[in-house]
Amino acid sequence: MYAQMVKSAGTGVKSREEMSEQERAFQDKVDNDIKIEPKDWMPEDYRATLIRQIGQHAHSEIVGQLPEGNWITRAPTLERKAILLAKVQDEAGHGLYLYCAAETLGVSRDELTEMLLDGRMKYSSIFNYPTLNWADIGAVGWLVDGAAIMNQVPLQRTSYGPYSRAMIRICKEESFHQRQGYDAIRKMAEGTPEQKKMAQDALNRFWYPSLMMFGPSDKDSVHSAQSMAWKIKINTNDELRQKFVDQTVPQAEYLGLTIPDPDLKWNEERGHYDFSQPDWSEFFDVLKGNGPCNKDRLADRNKAWDDGKWVRDGLLAHARKKAAAKVAAE
Amino acid sequence: MSSVTPGTLPQVENEPRAKNEWPLWEIFIRGQHGMSHRHVGSLHAPDAEMAIKNARDVYTRRNEGVSIWVVEARHIAASSPSDKGPLYEPSESKVYRHPTFFDIPDEVGAM
Repeated sequence: MYAQMVKSAGTGVKSREEMSEQERAFQDKVDNDIKIEPKDWMPEDYRATLIRQIGQHAHSEIVGQLPEGNWITRAPTLERKAILLAKVQDEAGHGLYLYCAAETLGVSRDELTEMLLDGRMKYSSIFNYPTLNWADIGAVGWLVDGAAIMNQVPLQRTSYGPYSRAMIRICKEESFHQRQGYDAIRKMAEGTPEQKKMAQDALNRFWYPSLMMFGPSDKDSVHSAQSMAWKIKINTNDELRQKFVDQTVPQAEYLGLTIPDPDLKWNEERGHYDFSQPDWSEFFDVLKGNGPCNKDRLADRNKAWDDGKWVRDGLLAHARKKAAAKVAAE
Repeated sequence: MSSVTPGTLPQVENEPRAKNEWPLWEIFIRGQHGMSHRHVGSLHAPDAEMAIKNARDVYTRRNEGVSIWVVEARHIAASSPSDKGPLYEPSESKVYRHPTFFDIPDEVGAM
């Protein structure tokens, strides 16, 4: 997902007997859907895991602007350009909501940024794939934002108050993102044979990376069990992936496009589609930094941070000067 | 004590300015005329003027507001979760403060 393979801190789910009194009271609140707020007591492992998860999610929103920003100046019409611009601006906002939520846990914005820039923190693997043409922008909105929504809708109920509130705001805006993507790719799928070919090609390239967004199967993972007990993870990766496939297949059929999976088949008995797993060795390779765009993405973020330094410093110096002048005048 | 629920106030009072980080501002938006301002989130900005400009970009992109307040987060005082008992329990026993406590005979009509 936008947060992938976040390992929970600690040694796994404790039984009630193993918990301290404080931990038991905390777990009772979580179990009863009472939100945990910044000033409430929380286990250190919960705090550390949430910083990792929310931080990674925030970084994904920010880095996720890059593949789409690539096409703002080359959008086919002024209307598409305005829409894409609005979408990319939303992503910046989503990053900000999430950074603010992470900051309530005691990490600073600059610390989070530095950890992204020097590679200590990750962002979603999906943004290490290139957007080669305009059809990819449609595919990203439809598939990548579609996959993100699968994960974000349940997270609105997460146990940590600021995270939950950020997710609620994000989900309100995310549906615009998916719909504009589907609308853009539909235009191409219903267009000339060349356009339809481009739409199919974009689906071919983004299908498996989108399935990877949910992360490898975690049904036996102790980390996932702990995160689920804390309600900072609501569904298993496999559940969400299945839901995504079930939702997306009819959408592709409507467009007359073919999901690039010869084994994709409706399973009457299960009431779900059977589908092929992505190549997980590719996923781990991308996570390690060897995807097609890893180096570009980090270089771009580092350049933006370095190039923006004089603006940050200048505005701060100006604010301090004004504040000092105001004190002197009083 | 403040009536504000500090949704996103940092738990740890760090010194961001020491690291040249812009201070954190809490943002309040009036959704429509006649409603009160509500806390919607926070952001970093060097001063109040920029905080309002940034809040406009971040929190009112879809006609969510007609007025913006910004307050530097460090200026907000908040009640402590551990004071929940002493602060709010006393009102639990005062059910007579609610109109439903009183039975009014049907014959009297709406009251």
